[in-house]
Amino acid sequence: MQLTERHLAYWRALLKRTGLLLAIWFVVTFVVGYYAESLAFDFFGWPFAFWVGAQGALVVYVLIIGYYARTMNQLDREFGVAEAEED
Amino acid sequence: MATFDSHSLEAKSQKAFTAQLKKVYGFYTGGFLLFVVLLGIAEQMGLSRAGIGYVFLGATVLLYAGIGIMSRTNDADEYYVAGRRVPAVFNGMATGADWMSAASFIGMAGGLYLQGYSGLAFIMGWTGGYVLVALFLAPFLRKFGQFTIPDFLGARFGGTMPRLIGVAIAILCSFVYVVAQIYGVGLITTRLTGVSFEIGVFLGLTGILVCSFLGGMKAVTWTQVAQYIILIIAYMIPVVWLSVKQTGFPIPQLVYGQQLVKVTELEKKINADPKELEVRQIFKDRSAAATEKLKDVPASFAADKAAAEAKVAAAKADPAALAAAEAALAKFPADEKAYTAALNKEKGVAARASPPRPHAALYPGKDQAAKDIARKNFLALILCLMVGTAALPHILMRFYTTPSVREARNSVTWSLFFIFLLYFTAPALAVLVKFVMYNDIVGSSFASLPAWVANWAAVDATLLSISDVNKDGIVQLAEITIGQDIVVLATPEIAGLPYVVSGMVAAGGLAAALSTADGLLLTMANALSHDVYYKTIDPNAPVSRRVMLSKTMLLIVAVLAALVAQQAPADILFLVAAAFSLAAAGFFPALVLGIFWKRTTGIAASVGMVAGTSITFYYMTLTQPWLREVFYGIARSVPTTPDLWWDIQPISAGLFGMPVGFAIIIILTLLTPAPSREVQDMVSAVRYPDLKMA
Repeated sequence: MQLTERHLAYWRALLKRTGLLLAIWFVVTFVVGYYAESLAFDFFGWPFAFWVGAQGALVVYVLIIGYYARTMNQLDREFGVAEAEED
Repeated sequence: MATFDSHSLEAKSQKAFTAQLKKVYGFYTGGFLLFVVLLGIAEQMGLSRAGIGYVFLGATVLLYAGIGIMSRTNDADEYYVAGRRVPAVFNGMATGADWMSAASFIGMAGGLYLQGYSGLAFIMGWTGGYVLVALFLAPFLRKFGQFTIPDFLGARFGGTMPRLIGVAIAILCSFVYVVAQIYGVGLITTRLTGVSFEIGVFLGLTGILVCSFLGGMKAVTWTQVAQYIILIIAYMIPVVWLSVKQTGFPIPQLVYGQQLVKVTELEKKINADPKELEVRQIFKDRSAAATEKLKDVPASFAADKAAAEAKVAAAKADPAALAAAEAALAKFPADEKAYTAALNKEKGVAARASPPRPHAALYPGKDQAAKDIARKNFLALILCLMVGTAALPHILMRFYTTPSVREARNSVTWSLFFIFLLYFTAPALAVLVKFVMYNDIVGSSFASLPAWVANWAAVDATLLSISDVNKDGIVQLAEITIGQDIVVLATPEIAGLPYVVSGMVAAGGLAAALSTADGLLLTMANALSHDVYYKTIDPNAPVSRRVMLSKTMLLIVAVLAALVAQQAPADILFLVAAAFSLAAAGFFPALVLGIFWKRTTGIAASVGMVAGTSITFYYMTLTQPWLREVFYGIARSVPTTPDLWWDIQPISAGLFGMPVGFAIIIILTLLTPAPSREVQDMVSAVRYPDLKMA
């Protein structure tokens, strides 16, 4: 089985997207967590880092996964590797 | 392979199927609400609390069993992967229920109540893990499209060895986890109906078994959707009500920031209250006295006993005082061993002498070094929980059940969204309940405590107990001891809702525990019957025998788990966390490298999986008091601190296993010959939803 240049381009695009989203995930979780004490300014009543842990990070996670699903499904079609349409 | 065929013919029927599912579950949700309302009316007409408990328990377990009977099947595709036609939204709900265990439903808000910011490690860890599931695993496993996780390991890494290692790790982490679930089922059944714990465990188990036994993944999927609906309604109603009562606004997640500010002010007020300081001083003195007595046990034992006897002798004239003195003497420890234990317990009240941890404070600690350790452990725990989430086979297995790769991706989004609804609410609930405790209970008189305090104290003193330590008739914060489970269980009563809502919350907790137990049991039974028997021992076994064997295994594993749960092992919370660390270190490196690095070889993956799991387990035995006692015979009271590596708590043991797993797989891969053409082609096939060759 020989992959075409187009197939390889699809995989590179996927890796790029994965890397970018993973970087966002890392910053929201670990960078904010590490610098929590410097990020304790008031945010609508919450210390900012506390709010991120309780709500902000969760919203970002949902958005990351939603964005990934949406754009990957588009990418499949763009590169002709999508499954047969069902709907 | 079945996964590569086009679905165009089935497209229409799939659409109709989804529409029908929406209708069925729509009616079901309405029916459930109507049931609760009717039961509420029955309560007004005099149905007793125990009656409500029985009706809830009976109705929900019958419902789950009914779905199981309707979905009964002997077809392999239906039994193992629900026919691969579960739409993304419904797979999301099923995954949500599969995911959220008794610990999430009942324990989480309480953990946040007690720990404040540190408790958020669980909130972030158990949601952020889905990012890893979505980016690294779900779509590719769906494309692979077999039945179990060891299936993937076997196909990708060639041969029986990786498959059997996968089976062993899957069973190890699932069994540890299911014991905790069955324990939770027993606890809730007992609360709900008042039957004994042992009977409660087996009652709950019957509900689990009827469902998964008859219909496998198909029945479990549709039951889990039903369970998700119950658990999310049960969680939301009391919180929303409490929020309206406190803030006048029905979306607690948006407005609890203002309550957090009030809680922080109340904390300051409580810490400055002289009566509060008086109670803390009493605890401090009691602890100091016990410490002093512990220095010479035989002498203080004799002295205390003599004092108690002297009191009886002195009180001869006054009958009331005599009765009290005699009761005190009767309660006096029989020997020095019991006396020492009592003194050690008394010494422990020192914990109640220190001020409570401020809810909004970030990393607690008396100096910068202690704060750094707290931060390190917080981040390590998040990482272990996240990676563990992306490696627990009962969750990954769910993504085999969607009709396509596209639906698998969408399904992760829905899964996290449905989980998010509950996890987003738990921190709000913790703050709202804390506000009630600090504002309404602390400072009120013992005579005017609300009824729910006495009710819950009567159920179980470890959940809630309030005693007037300084005898001033007013409640001080240090006089309250609170267990984490009460926060969710008592919320309906705190919010002033009728008892039927409490029944509903317990039913929600039961749904959470049952659904997780279902998924775990099925994972183990499938690993044994499919991977060990069919794939390794007898590849010619007919489908009917494979399914039958899976059902038998299910029964055996379930009974074993129930027997272990009845022993009530020492530390349930640790068991749950251990499952995550073990899965994280055992599966994650091999699965991810297997998909993203074609060069990864079978021998490297096998050694990496074993090494990662072993290091994790070894660290646990070194540093977890209970395991250390089991393995090395060191008493639990000996501090573990000197044995810690880099100050990491045993709960995050996976932190060491994961890098070891990755490093070993990478190094050994580079030292061994590249995998065959077929294996590399298989990896290519997994990476593309539909790989058409030019």
